[in-house]
Parts: sequence; structure tokens; C-alpha cells
Amino acid sequence: MSQRSLITVGVSVVAASLALSACGSRDADTGTGGGGGTGSAAGNKTATIGVIAPLSGDLSAMGKGIQHSVELAVKQANDSGAIPGWTLKVDAKDDEAKPETGKNAATALAGDNNVVGVVGTLNSSVAQNVQPVLATAKIVQVSPANTNPSLSRGKDYLTAPKRTYPTYFRTCTTDDVQGPFAAKYLLDQGIKQVATIHDKKTYGQGLVDAFTTYFKAHGGTVVAAETINPDDSNYQNVISKVKGSAPKAVYYGGEYPQMGPLSQQAKAAGLNVPFMGGDGVYDPKYIQLAGATATGDLATSVGAPTDSLEKGKEFLAAYEKAGYAEPSSAYGAYAYDAANAIIEGLKTSLKGASDAQGARQATIDAVGKVNFQGVTGDVAFDQYGDSKTRVLTVYKVEGGKWVPAKTEDMAKAGS
Amino acid sequence: MDLLQQLVNGLTLGSLYALIAVGYTVVYGIVQLINFAHGEVFMIGAFGGLTTYLALFQGTTAWWTLPIMLVGAVAASVLTAVVMERVAYRPLRSAPRLAPLITAIGISVFLQELVRLFYGKIPGLPDAKSRLPFPRIDGVTGPAFSIGGLDFQRPALFTMGSLAVCAAFLWWFINRTKQGRAMQAVSQDPDTARLMGIDVDRIIVTAFALGAALAAIAGVAQGLQNNNIDFRMGFMAGLKAFTAAVLGGIGNVAGAVVGGLTLGVVEALASQLGPTAWKDVWAFGLLILVLVFRPQGIMGARVVDRA
Repeated sequence: MSQRSLITVGVSVVAASLALSACGSRDADTGTGGGGGTGSAAGNKTATIGVIAPLSGDLSAMGKGIQHSVELAVKQANDSGAIPGWTLKVDAKDDEAKPETGKNAATALAGDNNVVGVVGTLNSSVAQNVQPVLATAKIVQVSPANTNPSLSRGKDYLTAPKRTYPTYFRTCTTDDVQGPFAAKYLLDQGIKQVATIHDKKTYGQGLVDAFTTYFKAHGGTVVAAETINPDDSNYQNVISKVKGSAPKAVYYGGEYPQMGPLSQQAKAAGLNVPFMGGDGVYDPKYIQLAGATATGDLATSVGAPTDSLEKGKEFLAAYEKAGYAEPSSAYGAYAYDAANAIIEGLKTSLKGASDAQGARQATIDAVGKVNFQGVTGDVAFDQYGDSKTRVLTVYKVEGGKWVPAKTEDMAKAGS
Repeated sequence: MDLLQQLVNGLTLGSLYALIAVGYTVVYGIVQLINFAHGEVFMIGAFGGLTTYLALFQGTTAWWTLPIMLVGAVAASVLTAVVMERVAYRPLRSAPRLAPLITAIGISVFLQELVRLFYGKIPGLPDAKSRLPFPRIDGVTGPAFSIGGLDFQRPALFTMGSLAVCAAFLWWFINRTKQGRAMQAVSQDPDTARLMGIDVDRIIVTAFALGAALAAIAGVAQGLQNNNIDFRMGFMAGLKAFTAAVLGGIGNVAGAVVGGLTLGVVEALASQLGPTAWKDVWAFGLLILVLVFRPQGIMGARVVDRA
């Protein structure tokens, strides 16, 4: 074989491996998480609540928090015998934060006759693939973390909102509120020149779009709009470009594995302005990755700080007591509320049901009508399946920790 | 000014590619094998550096930890490369060319998964399933130097300095030492070299070790530069370095350096002049153009076609 053809083979192998790595799946090393099977008062019939979240990879910290919070909710329901005659179980599936893997996980759950509801996903981009699978199987899905507005209200969510899937609900607030909230906060601080960067994912782009619209409409200027490649870990090129435009702050649409190093590298390069992100960066790991220079960086997150509410404190204490290996993370409380919304629905739908599969439609109807005090605030859904609560909080990095800086109800602020 | 700044960024990135690319080129020059697992050797170098730091100096940021981290990194990489050669490539020495190529991809996946699944299982070490922060070292990390309006990042200077030292060392090693001349001989004609009393197996191991040592230094440099490492970092870096090696002329050590720097600069300038998202398109587009119009690479391959 001549040298040239070997290189040709080499290059095609590279191309093939690139393609493979894009869709290849890593084995979920976590498998199914053990549910709370302690059921003392619980009965002999079994219903399963599925979890679809990234349990491995960059976002596993958040995924694990979601999994354990659902496990906690289910354990409490079993222990108190919330649904007479039934034992609830948790089946957690890893989506690796990838749409294809998420779809496979949804298909696996849909094939299990005991599954009556699913908590998940973390990523909006994964939800897009999971929604249709669960909708076909008539399984109710409550996401603790999808913030892309189009998931519930369709593509034209601003002009002509239309419910997409009757099975889809969420306990968190959407980007179209989070972006403007961040913009409003910066404007209130007197910052009028901002650069935006996003990671080209559905979530990141959604945040930046909503931010930009509000920011421009209220007298701000976006001096640079850039994107990064989520697979990269060196952002020097982008930083140099952004630095040239002299922004007073940088708004980032994406998650902490990228924004942490981005903030660190930018500050080492002399771009000493606050970096602000959405709920995807509101995680202790962000501060670890961004290092000592993260002080002053900002993140918005949905709801009031979990420990500022009485019920939230109870949740954190119960979570602590249950002794899970990973912390509840940014979405733990929302996942707990999502699981409880399903359980609340099941109380009605499983009452006279003979098997789990037959109760699926009834569960969807019941979940749509729930209204209870959750650990993140009131849990109730509007006609699109979105949470009626619109409370958001800005957090600031101070002394190596996220500290709440401002909480506001955007429903009242009238955006 | 912006363009000059991107040029600096490009040279930094390019130095990193060049350090890794040398490993592809040296091994290819001698055994005509494209070692796709080389990116993982680079990744293991970074983890070796981190492990050394965590095991010995956790909490300190003194500059003198860096040389010891480098030694740990080089040791981890060289060990990996030597074992890899012995276990996976040597038995396939006379097999058709495609067999070692596929083996290389297998090893690459194996090493990635090994680090992903088992790094955190070692007592005292963090879980490597997601990105790990890399230690900050006084002197080589921290605020950038500003010279004439241009920012020079400290880790970037470390990377470029490493490349300069390594390139000088390689030139000396290949041209001035007995081992180096033996390497040249084996690359020209292994059978005749063996007849002349050269231990070909040992030379091949030396080539693997040499490439691995440079990749390890690159691994630490990238860790310092990006302040984080993860088990996937070798994949894209390996791909880019392979591209750099082909660009410069695979088998040609000077070519690897030139190819690496060229690729880095092209990427940086592309992201200045157009959308940043397109930089990889330009990089791989350049590879395709070079393969079509100058398949032997910029500097030309030094490899003799064997009958």
C-alpha cells in the first residue's frame, strides 16, 4: 500500500470516527437507580415513575440531583402510603445529554407497562426528542429543567402560542422570562454595553435571543454576538474578539462546563467584566471550574432560593438525611416538585385502576389539574403545561459560593 | 491589532498542535503506522500531571511543582505508549496496514473509557466523568502580560517555550545522537538497518516514547491554558494534530511543527475574519485542499517509498 492511500484511509477513518462519536452512546454505568421499595403501607400493584436525565458526562451533577430528588419523593409517598394498594418505583435512565440517547431512554420507558409518568429531561434539546415518544405512549412528562419556551407553546410562542403535546408539563420557568430578567438586572445595575456568547444548543440560543430582545428594547446595546463550540475547551479566539468590543458584561447562553473555563480564560486574558448566565451555570461546579476570578459572576435561576422557603428547607433537610451520594444540585427541588405533581395526579388516576398502563390517560388529565404548595413555590400548570410560578432569582459568586442577589416575580414586573 | 492578537492566539494553539503532531509523525516515519491512540496518550499525560499534583502538592501553587508535574505526566504517557506498542502494535508488525490502524482506534476508545470509568476509583482522586479543574501554578497561570497592546497569556508563553525547547531537543537528538541516526536509518530501510546491527524494536519503542513525552508536555500545557481537563480532550486534539502532521508532511518532524503552527494560525484568523463557529470548517477544509493539491504536505514527506 502506498503512503498516499494509507493517508487517504486514515482521513476517512477520522471522518468515520467523528461521525461515530457524534452519535455513539456510552454505556450508562449507573443503570437503574433503586427506588424506594420500602413500602410499608403500600400495596402489591406497582407503578413506575421514570427519570430521564444525564447521569454521566459533563452534566451528571445536575442529572444525579434530579434522580435522587425523584427517589426521595417516591420514597416518602411509599412510606406514607399516599396511594393505597400501589407501590411506586423509580426507573432512572441516562440520556447523556444527547437527544438520540434520550429518545432511546424514552422508548425503553414507554415499553414498560408499569410506567405512568416520567420526570425529565434536563436539556431542552433532549426533550424535543423525548416528547413525541412519550406523547404517543400517553405517558405524562414533567420536566424540572427544560426552559425553552417552544417545548410547550410551539415554534411561534411569542405570536401564536399553541400547546404542542398534551402530555408535557414543567415545573421551571422558561427562557423567555429568564433572558429578560437577566437583561433587566444588568440594566438596573447601569450596564448598557453587553457582549453575548452562546453554545449553539437550543437552550443557550433561546436564552441569548430572549435576552437580546429585551436588552435592546430597553436601551441597551449588544456590542458583540459570538458563539462557541461546546466540545472546545479553549476559547481564546472568541475572547479576543469579544474583548475588542469592550463590553461592560458578558451574557452567556449555555451551561457551566463551558462557561466556567470561559470566564476563567477571559479574566486571565484581561477581560475583567462580570459573566452572567442562566440556570444552566447555577451550580457549585461552575465556581470550581472558573476558579478564584469567578467572584462577581452572575447567574439567574428559576424560583426563589430553595432554602428561603419553609418547605424548601424541609426538602433540603430530608435530602440530606436520606444520604444520597450527590447533592440535589440546581434542579433537585424542581425534580422533587415534578415527581410530587405526578404522584398527586396518581392519587386520582390510580384509585380505581386495575393496571398502571390503563391509568395513563387519566394521569395526564389529573396532573394538569394539580395545585399544591411545593418546595419551590406553588405548583400548578397553565393551559400550555407551563408552571404558573414566574419567580426568578439572580445569584452572584461571592467568597467561592453562589449568594442570592435579587429575587423578583416577573409575572408582577410585567414583562 | 485584533488580527495581531489572533495571530498570537493562533501560534499558541499551533504550538500545542505541533507538540502532539510530532508524535504522529515520528511513529509514522518509522513504522508507517498512523497511531490514532496518540491523542489519548496526550490526555493521559494531562491526567498524569494532575495526579502527581494531587498526590504530592495539593494546596500549593508554588512554581517548583511544575517540573515535577511534568515528570509525572511524561512518565504516565511514556508508560502508556510503550505498553501500547508492546501489547497491541508489535504483534501486528507484519499484518496488513489496515489492522494496526483499526487497532489504534480500538486502543483510543479503550484508553478513554479506562480514564472515564476508573480514574475516580483510585482512592484520593476525583471522578473523571466530567471536566476536572487543573491546578493553578504561580508564574505560569494568572493575569496576562500586556506588551504593546497585545496580551500574552502566561500558559501560552509556557506552551510556546515548550515547543521551542522540544523542537531544539528533537533536532539535536535526531541529527546528532547515535540513537537518532539509527532512527533515520530504520525509517529509510528497516531490513538493511537490522543487517547493520541496529535493534529495530528498540528504535521503534524509542520513537513511541519520544512522541509520548512531547504529548505529555502538551497535555500539561493544555491543562494550564484551559484550566480544566477531561477524558475526551484527546479526541479533538489528536484529530487536529493528525491534520497538522499531514499538513506539514507526515513523517517529517520539521513538517509537524510547521503544520501545527499553520493550522493554529488558520483557525485563529478564520475566527477573527468570519464567524467563530466556522473555524473547524476552515481547518479541515485546508486539510482537504492540501491532500488534493499537495498530498506530500507543505514540507514534503521524507519517507522513502518501499517496494
